[in-house]
Amino acid sequence: MSNLAILPILLPLLTGIFLVFLNKRLPLVRLITRIMVIVNLIVVSLITYNVVQNGTIVLKAGDWAVPYGIVLVADPLAMILVLTANIISVACAFYAFNSLDEKRERYYFYPLFQLLITGVSGAFLTGDLFNLFVFFEVLLIASYGLIVLGGTKEQFRESFKYIIINLFSSILFVTTVSFLYAVVGTVNMAQLAERVGEVQQDGILTTIAILLLIVFATKGALFPLYFWLPKSYTVPPTVISALFGALLTKVGVYSILRVFTLIFVYNLTFTHQILLVLAGFTLVFGVIGALSTNNVQLIIAYNIIPAVGYMIMGLGVFSTTALAGTVYYLLHDMIIKAALFFLVGAMVAYAGTSDLRKMGGVIKHQPLLGWLFFIATLALAGLPPFSGFIGKLLILRGAFEEGHYVLAIIGLVTSLLILLSVIRIFINGFWGESKQKEVPQVNPVKGKILPAAFLLMFTILLGLGAELIYPTVQTIADQMIDPANYIDSVMKE
Amino acid sequence: MEIIMSVLAGLLFTAGVYMILQKQILKIVIGTALLSHGAHLFIITMGKLNRGKPPVLTEDVSNYVDPLPQALILTSIVISFGVTSFLLVLAYRTYQTNGTDNMEKLRGNDHE
Repeated sequence: MSNLAILPILLPLLTGIFLVFLNKRLPLVRLITRIMVIVNLIVVSLITYNVVQNGTIVLKAGDWAVPYGIVLVADPLAMILVLTANIISVACAFYAFNSLDEKRERYYFYPLFQLLITGVSGAFLTGDLFNLFVFFEVLLIASYGLIVLGGTKEQFRESFKYIIINLFSSILFVTTVSFLYAVVGTVNMAQLAERVGEVQQDGILTTIAILLLIVFATKGALFPLYFWLPKSYTVPPTVISALFGALLTKVGVYSILRVFTLIFVYNLTFTHQILLVLAGFTLVFGVIGALSTNNVQLIIAYNIIPAVGYMIMGLGVFSTTALAGTVYYLLHDMIIKAALFFLVGAMVAYAGTSDLRKMGGVIKHQPLLGWLFFIATLALAGLPPFSGFIGKLLILRGAFEEGHYVLAIIGLVTSLLILLSVIRIFINGFWGESKQKEVPQVNPVKGKILPAAFLLMFTILLGLGAELIYPTVQTIADQMIDPANYIDSVMKE
Repeated sequence: MEIIMSVLAGLLFTAGVYMILQKQILKIVIGTALLSHGAHLFIITMGKLNRGKPPVLTEDVSNYVDPLPQALILTSIVISFGVTSFLLVLAYRTYQTNGTDNMEKLRGNDHE
């Protein structure tokens, strides 16, 4: 029974290794990838259903007693994120067939893709801070491979910075974990939570908390540490940008969520105040970036940043409503970012340029693409009935209830500016005179609409089906505000 | 003993940060390697250094070395070697493709 917790990690890992050996036979590799992502999605859905119904599954690796061995904790929060990650992996796998050139496919795209999913699922599921570092490295090394895949000039230029900054933050992570080990003598998250509670969170533990925040903020692109993100996320092919935009930063956000709702919750006036300030700046600077450019891919990449700001704002407010909003927004954002990258990728493939000033009138030839993009725009900006609305509503309601008026107003204004930044793409790119010299012979949009539509279906489901999903999210938020449940399920024999 | 190790780790961190701030790609790669070695020394120091003691706790052993930092450092060393070798290859390819190993010249807005 408890072995179920490792399946979301094991399946993509084995598939990835298996695919390395089959690399020469591309049609077979594609087929196996298609089958395995769907199998994985089904398995993860069943496990998630089980966890939501019957409670957390804890796997003690090698049957070692809890503080000594490695544990995997499949609690509802982790599982619901693994499920979303797998939905995106299905869409990405199908998008990849239609968008990648064969050279890139041959150079181990599919194995790296599977290993990235392994790392992401592992980071969500692990219950041990050092193990979190290891899974971070698994997903980062896969991402290093993906970001330079194809080896063009700009890819090398931008990805070198991405790799150095991530490497530096990983080293800082290890150092901080060993600091923490020296102070409280454990790296198991549940035991950490217990011990930090026992000694109360004094100066040194708060320092460690801030160091960890710096590490995760680098990975999750929070205010002063987001500068590496936009450029490096736009240079690789669309499907890889979508994977990164949907999954990598969200792993950073998840880690902040986990650490600051489970372990460091005894000095709220200091740590969560910092989170609130950072969230405000992240919102403002991210949206300024999104408004500043005419490159459509860059606009979408910049839009990742204010979304992170919203989530951290919900965490900083730290009430059940706001935390539920954060979880809801996290699910929404993973899906909508992947969908937007897909749609913009299809648009760029059609127009032959990513410069907004050089395109126009795309909707005349590609009406479906245009209207899907319109839906995605509304969902991103948080207009009802799509998914962004409910997450934002809960976060802002939480902020107003707790009296953070300034921040809530910043959030509202930012929403409008986000809408402006993406509706510009719609107005200049889809409407107006067609600046296209010649319509491409082969329709480049073919096969790219379906994965995006698949993801937008979930957006609508998250929005209209809120009554189905909200109770689960509410339970997760309750557990986040009161970590006793998590600690008990891990620490009990 | 811990003090000497901490100073050494500090020196490695200093040298690593200095190297990372250089313009030449290869120097940056060496800088990251130095930084990760500093981090490794730091891990082992944080678990209390006890020379000549077994890293296991059995019935009749009262003085022992904490095995956990050793497991952590082992994992961390493997990861950092892997990443360093990847970075060396990447640095070489970046130099080859872009025709420069100067970070100042590796910027620009153009997307071909």
